[in-house]
Amino acid sequence: MSVLAVLIALFSLIPLGYVAYMTVATGWDTAVELIFRPRVGELLLNTIMLMVFTVPLCLVLGVGGAWLVERTKLRGHRWWAVALAAPLAIPAFVNSYSWVSAVPSLEGVWSGVLIATLSYFPLVYIPAAATLGRLDPAIEQSAASLGLGPWAVFFRVVVPQLRIAMTGGALLVSLHLLAEYGAFAMIRFDTFTTAIMVQFQSTFNGTAGNMLASVLVFFCLILLLVEVKSRGTARYARVGSGAQGKATRAPLRHFQLPAQLALLAVTALAFGLPVWFVLRWVIAGGAEIWSAEEFLPALLQTLGYGAVGAAVTTVVAFPMAYLAVRHPSWFSKMLELSNYVTSSLPGIVVGLAFVTVSIRAVPGVYQTAGVLVAAYVLLFLPRALVNIRSGLAQAPKELDEAAQSLGKAPLVSFLKVTLRLTAPAAAGGAALVFLAIVNELTATLLLSPNGTRTLATEFWSKSSEIDYTGAAPYALLMILLSAPMTYLLFQQSKKVAGQ
Amino acid sequence: MTEQSPPRLPAPRVAASVVPTTNTHLDIAEVTKNFGSQAVLKGVNLSVAKGGTTAIVGPSGSGKTTLLRLIAGFEHPATGTISLNGTPVAGGGVWLPAHKRQVGYVAQDGALFPHLTVGQNIAFGLDAAKLDGGRRAVRTRVQELLEMVSLDAAMAKRRPHQLSGGQQQRVALARALAREPELMLLDEPFSALDAGLRVATRRAVAKVLSDAGVTTILVTHDQAEALSFADQVAIMRGGKLAQIGNPFVVYTRPADRATAEFLGDAVILDAWMEGSLATCSLGGIPVRRPPAQGKVQLMLRPEQIRIASDGPIRGVVVDTDYFGPETTVRIKLAPLAAAHAAAGAAGNGHRYPGGGEVITIRHWNASITKPGTELCLRVVGEGVAFPLEA
Repeated sequence: MSVLAVLIALFSLIPLGYVAYMTVATGWDTAVELIFRPRVGELLLNTIMLMVFTVPLCLVLGVGGAWLVERTKLRGHRWWAVALAAPLAIPAFVNSYSWVSAVPSLEGVWSGVLIATLSYFPLVYIPAAATLGRLDPAIEQSAASLGLGPWAVFFRVVVPQLRIAMTGGALLVSLHLLAEYGAFAMIRFDTFTTAIMVQFQSTFNGTAGNMLASVLVFFCLILLLVEVKSRGTARYARVGSGAQGKATRAPLRHFQLPAQLALLAVTALAFGLPVWFVLRWVIAGGAEIWSAEEFLPALLQTLGYGAVGAAVTTVVAFPMAYLAVRHPSWFSKMLELSNYVTSSLPGIVVGLAFVTVSIRAVPGVYQTAGVLVAAYVLLFLPRALVNIRSGLAQAPKELDEAAQSLGKAPLVSFLKVTLRLTAPAAAGGAALVFLAIVNELTATLLLSPNGTRTLATEFWSKSSEIDYTGAAPYALLMILLSAPMTYLLFQQSKKVAGQ
Repeated sequence: MTEQSPPRLPAPRVAASVVPTTNTHLDIAEVTKNFGSQAVLKGVNLSVAKGGTTAIVGPSGSGKTTLLRLIAGFEHPATGTISLNGTPVAGGGVWLPAHKRQVGYVAQDGALFPHLTVGQNIAFGLDAAKLDGGRRAVRTRVQELLEMVSLDAAMAKRRPHQLSGGQQQRVALARALAREPELMLLDEPFSALDAGLRVATRRAVAKVLSDAGVTTILVTHDQAEALSFADQVAIMRGGKLAQIGNPFVVYTRPADRATAEFLGDAVILDAWMEGSLATCSLGGIPVRRPPAQGKVQLMLRPEQIRIASDGPIRGVVVDTDYFGPETTVRIKLAPLAAAHAAAGAAGNGHRYPGGGEVITIRHWNASITKPGTELCLRVVGEGVAFPLEA
């Protein structure tokens, strides 16, 4: 099993290795020339502006929403809890498309901040809500008995415990900002990713594009380092045993109405507006946009890629998760880390790496479905990994041993106990990978075989040609497919918080 | 009350382990085990008779669970051999995997399969194809086993998480018994239960196992549990078995001071050994098989020291802890009577060591043990002497 895991890890280092190789191969002088030029400076400024405004806004919306939902006497908090996670069901590029339909003049950095914030704040909200719901109220009560007022309790006790959720959420938002192509291309806002795509489309495999990719990867690695540093070694797990009390909810009194209105505004902008415009285009388009010749193949191919990708990813993740849970060591940590880094790389970098490597090393596989599935596996492996890991935690070694002492051979006990107990979690992970594949645009544009049409790419080609009505059914379907998965993700976050 | 000779030790209940017999079920010879660079077992020898109950007791981290896992076949020994019924199963190039050993194992938390009902858990090790009557025979067997561990037959439909801790342990036992193993290994199966339930479950389990005639090995860190459960107690410390013997013997005649203190409260006094008499602040105490002469450490159990109005030893109550049925009393002993001192000094030119120590004993009557009260004490039975530690 460890041989398998090493092979997977080595495979997952291809994109990083490619970027490093390209940077070295380009030569110092050319690299400097290509990196230190006004165009890069402009992209850098755009990217930094985008992050500096979007990440704090997402934190405010995410943590504020989570607090209202989990810790106040908000009316209908059960309903709001789901509503605030709902925007995740709308791919950012669909969100962008709806906003452009609503306000055609949207353009530039502020539009980017608006759309990115509305698309990505649930990435902070979900872990924050999960953590807040699980915090032991006894700790806050102790703080109060030590003489702290409600505000002091919140900032000195609650917020520090939210740190992991906040840094983790902020990292996810940042990585999405770096990786997103469709949403920003639609509003003509240039980031590194959109610029690389433009380079790729014009020169296919130009050095300039590669150098932009190096800068982008450099950015990602810095973000990962910052997150690791800020996470630190502090421990926020609950100490001690016994049943945990229910958290008390703060009364809102005359803030009830403003809170309701604020949440209504956020969900209306992030979820209501995109859905409304998608539906409007669908209705405006009438029956002809559902022509089966175009629509059905895209749906079937998307489902096919999603299913195959999810299955392969789950199978690939299993040995790594097994190794990490049953035989933890520095070695298994390195395996996980190598994969974690790769999956943090933008889809465009992974796509670019696979294009180049497959053309140069194994020309036969270029533009085959296999390469695309392999890219999906690398991009989405952690989603399966996290789930299988928590599933394996439900199947401790002791159960395996119990089965063996009851006369079952190791293989039988593995199948009847370990695999059986891990199956639900693995299925959950597979569902999340499926969702991610259905909405994947960037790597699919780069790697899909000729003639392949997925919902995302069809949507993209139609909306790029300003055929908004034609694009609408694809958007609707992506939202419909994503909705149950988003709910699943939301439910699951409640279980794994605190790990 | 008059001075009387100390009572003799009763004969051990079972002395199977001390005498090597052809009746040996399990034999462990010179077994070692390392985890990385850490030696967990440093040469363990243990022999268990057929049908006997052995408790391996020791502080956490002493290696007792590792030993049990080696017997079960979950781990390989580094060196040494393990034999079942005279046939080697591990060590010396032999390896019989867990599922072929016919050894039952009950883990600390029961390790019930959460995805199966109680009935399915118990039937897990049963092979319907091999039983006469197939699935119906399995159902009957499950009912029998539930009855055997005093659980209601209706329990078979329940899920493990719907059971209490004690019930889960019983199901785990029934599951392990289903295949009629000859050897049953219990890894702290009662430690997760609260005090009252623990005793009841322990008694029930012991009865089921002895009725079935299964050789049993219990691992525990609770000395009282070990002493009450087993007919052979092995004390494990630092990866070695410090002493193996019948519960009464290991409690009253521990091999060393650490074992003495692990198995229960001990009064340790400096003493002077001459012949088979140890002289200390409590007077002259008979010692069987003294390990040395001259300066030694003398061990008595608190219950051997009794408050008696005509007792020869005097002391003053320092303080007490009231527990209801009994009271722990700390007593400062008076300097020894002059006669004793003179005898000690005249005999060999040495004064006996000690004098004025504070000892802890137990008494049932709290009212006579107020701090400052002067008391007379008497020692009953023999003491145990240990050579001075270097």
